[in-house]
Amino acid sequence: MTEIPEHLLKRAKAARDKSAAESGAGEAASGAASDSRIPEELLNRSKAAAAGGVAVAERVATGVATTAPNGNAPLGTGPGGHTQRLLTVVKSGSIQDVKAVPVDKVHTWPHLLGPEFVAALACTAFTFLFSWFVNAPLLQAANFNQTPNPSKAPWYFLGLQELLTMFHPMIAGVTLPGVALISLMLAPYMDRNPSNKPEDRKFLTSIFTVHLMFWAVLVIIGSFFRGPGFNFTFPWRDGIFFEL
Amino acid sequence: MALTLEEQPKVTLKERATKLNESLKGSQAWNSIFRPGSIFRKGYTDSPRNRSYVIMNSVLYHLHPVKVKRHAVKVSYTLCLGGLSFFLFILLTVTGIFLMFFYRPTATNAWQDIQSLQTSVTFGLMVRNMHRWGAHLMVLSVFLHMARVFYHGAYKAPREFNWVIGVILLTLTLLLSFTGYLLPWDQLALWAVAVGTNMMGYSPVIGSQVRFVLLGGVEIGAETLLRWYVLHVLLFPFITVIFLAVHFWRVRKDGGISGPL
Repeated sequence: MTEIPEHLLKRAKAARDKSAAESGAGEAASGAASDSRIPEELLNRSKAAAAGGVAVAERVATGVATTAPNGNAPLGTGPGGHTQRLLTVVKSGSIQDVKAVPVDKVHTWPHLLGPEFVAALACTAFTFLFSWFVNAPLLQAANFNQTPNPSKAPWYFLGLQELLTMFHPMIAGVTLPGVALISLMLAPYMDRNPSNKPEDRKFLTSIFTVHLMFWAVLVIIGSFFRGPGFNFTFPWRDGIFFEL
Repeated sequence: MALTLEEQPKVTLKERATKLNESLKGSQAWNSIFRPGSIFRKGYTDSPRNRSYVIMNSVLYHLHPVKVKRHAVKVSYTLCLGGLSFFLFILLTVTGIFLMFFYRPTATNAWQDIQSLQTSVTFGLMVRNMHRWGAHLMVLSVFLHMARVFYHGAYKAPREFNWVIGVILLTLTLLLSFTGYLLPWDQLALWAVAVGTNMMGYSPVIGSQVRFVLLGGVEIGAETLLRWYVLHVLLFPFITVIFLAVHFWRVRKDGGISGPL
């Protein structure tokens, strides 16, 4: 048995109390029904319905029998004595998104929030433990007169710095990363293939992987295989010239 | 004496706790804090209705719908990378606020402040380490998130624009990391930023102007430190939060995450 929410219970109780209070007062006021705004005919009908329900059937029967609206019929009664008309039929498809195939869904709590919480906890634990054992670097205070050799950019820019050894700075530092960034943004508009299945996207997947590998290799070379003067070294021979 | 004690009705600690709990839950203050239907008002027993209420009547409703596609909760599909990036952003905000209490962005104080943070502030070294490693981890996780989305073809219609926002967020992540890199004001920071900003000067037409504005001069100096500090703790986080909001909103509006393959 599902429990009824507390606010609904409260609302129901309030409504019940109100109606109880009104029915007490309503008995007294029933004599003054003539100044109610509800047409007397309708009031009579509802009274009759409350009495037995037969009166409603009679009323409908007389309505159908007297094909023309008579004095008794409410205002706006149709030729058949009908008091309701079908104005229009709105098919559900035109105003709401009807899913032909129901989507298989699960509750966010606990099926999504649970793993999210565990992942956040694991991430915090990892960062905490790593910070426990490895200290962030802090070298000597900045000194404009003493350029360290080699000077390296942060690791994610080392691919660019690596390109600087091969191309003019304008190409390596601006054009290539700019083109990469813009083509990355435009990727969804250039990729006209609607499928997201890996077997249909072999070409693009390969291209992207090659780019990622190219970038990763440049970063690794820049990080570990560049020594004094940004010359090529082997980390196992000359040591690592790299701070994170 | 013992008799009189026994005659009095004993109020156990448990009863007191129950009574306190009841009066607290019935109070106007409590009911003003938690919405009708909140599990903190009506208690929680496992039922489909209550599972919905957990989301529906809490602030989590801004982030998650009540129900998600079954395949969307598979860790093997998302690897949690987007969520972890966001979580790292929060972790970095929290640790960053802590660091701000002990740091002055001036050329004479910055390095000394970090030095004394590490040596004489309780947990100072720990929090600085977490901020630094968390930042590198965030660059990594945002990057991997992008790769994951690409390999799943998740940028395809109707999610094209959300991919564009994602690329902007990747750029903002790099900018946040890079501006933070200068703040310790040690040899590593100074010369890494010098190398990075030298490249910027080669941009056509506006390169040298942009570089001048960012550095607060023709070369890195005390002005640069203040500017990058403001960029790092205020401007870039502000822009990032706006783009994050749009990013998350679009994820839901575009029909949840993509897939299955």
